[in-house]
Amino acid sequence: MSRKSLIALLPIAAVPLIPLLTQSPYLLHMFILSLMWIVLGQSWNLLGGYTGQISYGHAAFFGVGAYTTGIMVKSGLSASTAWWGLLLGGLVAALVAGVIGWICFRLRGSYFSLSVLALSEVLRIVAVNWNRLTNGAEGILLIPAFNTKTYYYYIAFGLAAVNFGVIRWVMHTKPGYYFLAIREDQDCAESLGIDTTRFKLLSLLLSAFFTGAAGAFYMNYMGFIDPGIVFSLPDISIMVILVTMLGGAATKWGPAVGAVIFILVSEIFRVWVGSGHLLFFGVLIVAIIIYFPSGIVGALMDRRARRRRLSAVPAA
Amino acid sequence: MTALLTLNDVTKRFGGLQAVGHMTFSLNKGEILGLIGPNGAGKTTIFNLINGFYPPTGGSILFKERRIDGLKPHTVCHLGLARTFQVVKPLARLSVLDNVMVSAFSRTNRRDEAEKTALEATAFTEMDAWRDVKAGSLPLGMRKRLEMARALATKPEVLLLDENFAGLNPTEVESTIEIVKKIHASGVTILIIEHIMRVIMSISHRIICINYGEKIAEGTPREVAENQQVIDAYLGVA
Repeated sequence: MSRKSLIALLPIAAVPLIPLLTQSPYLLHMFILSLMWIVLGQSWNLLGGYTGQISYGHAAFFGVGAYTTGIMVKSGLSASTAWWGLLLGGLVAALVAGVIGWICFRLRGSYFSLSVLALSEVLRIVAVNWNRLTNGAEGILLIPAFNTKTYYYYIAFGLAAVNFGVIRWVMHTKPGYYFLAIREDQDCAESLGIDTTRFKLLSLLLSAFFTGAAGAFYMNYMGFIDPGIVFSLPDISIMVILVTMLGGAATKWGPAVGAVIFILVSEIFRVWVGSGHLLFFGVLIVAIIIYFPSGIVGALMDRRARRRRLSAVPAA
Repeated sequence: MTALLTLNDVTKRFGGLQAVGHMTFSLNKGEILGLIGPNGAGKTTIFNLINGFYPPTGGSILFKERRIDGLKPHTVCHLGLARTFQVVKPLARLSVLDNVMVSAFSRTNRRDEAEKTALEATAFTEMDAWRDVKAGSLPLGMRKRLEMARALATKPEVLLLDENFAGLNPTEVESTIEIVKKIHASGVTILIIEHIMRVIMSISHRIICINYGEKIAEGTPREVAENQQVIDAYLGVA
């Protein structure tokens, strides 16, 4: 590893130390939300960025994960789900994803994108109306298991790190190559021996699992959810796409960069202009799409690649 | 001679249009069979039927005495039948080596083995110097060659080549002929679609000529070239 990349890794190595440096609940809260959004961005990126299957309804998986742990506690099946609830939330979200993917991935084009959008809206309406299970529009209120934010910080950090590691590993092996091939050209992928339906489904299952786990984390950390929050089209489904695009889709660090900027910008403008902060984030997104269509990290990589390409092409 | 691939009375209709009608022929183990015909004769459709992109409307296709019509393309590929595309389909944002590794993964789950196969396939097709270039920025000649490298990395018994010479300059045509001969010499049976007569006449053992989706002639290159129906199909009837 070069010295330059070691220096670049230093700030990341410092991330686990943050709770030792500050005990400020506000700052920790910002870091925890950033970590959760990193998980959401990375998971969406696996499916949308690397595999080319655009989901307009990732809130479906986030909400299912959140409600799974919420209902477990509320119904008295378990006292606390702060740890293993993440696993369960992820599994249930993957199960839901499996059903929709199994049906939609036989087809190409926008069928999946639109079906999963419809799914998230249907689930939101079900969650509002199925009072006995979900407590309806009133939502679910839990007493958080831990009373300091440090615990949650490390849970979120662990989730983000595992998520990052799993995606890096997958992208380095056969399924990763297959995901990219599917994104580039499905006919070609098929004729090179790739069962495209199966590998699109695998990508979706992984993506939904981690999104569901993040949802379960959100329930445990915030202590309150309602259908409008966790199944939100603008605040979750669309936002996760914007976060990924901002940082750079199909890049290693893009979703993380996008997530941190999103939380930062949201907070700065929330202090200044109240709920108008989304407007400013919107303006930022428009600017990024115009000037850096491949996102912040994507633009940096393009620049580096262009410099290298000058020497890479052999004389024909 | 044993037939490796057999089409029995294969028909494909798109609505009212018959693209391929009652096509029957065999590809024998170890031969190079040329498939010629005017534009729109149905040559690529035949490849799409064999490869599994389309199910035939009627008839059957056998590969190693097993029916393959109706199977998905990825299954056909795993059975040992690879193809190239006339309209090249590079995985544009991946490097040449990664493109070939994708197809090498059809025979292994291990990255190091896939990389080894891909290195061999790029060396075999004389693409070594281009390995790290993004497939999307390759010139046409190299894109055509990448199609072959990728097909080879799936370790096929039968290779379907769809106009791999079209658009190449004379030097590239010569080197591609050498590569096709090398592939054949390594034990791969080849079915080739080609418009450049000099190429098809010099490398094919047998040639089938089709027009309007039906076979109009079959035989050695010389027989087909002298066949009156073939001449009429290409030049029109006087």
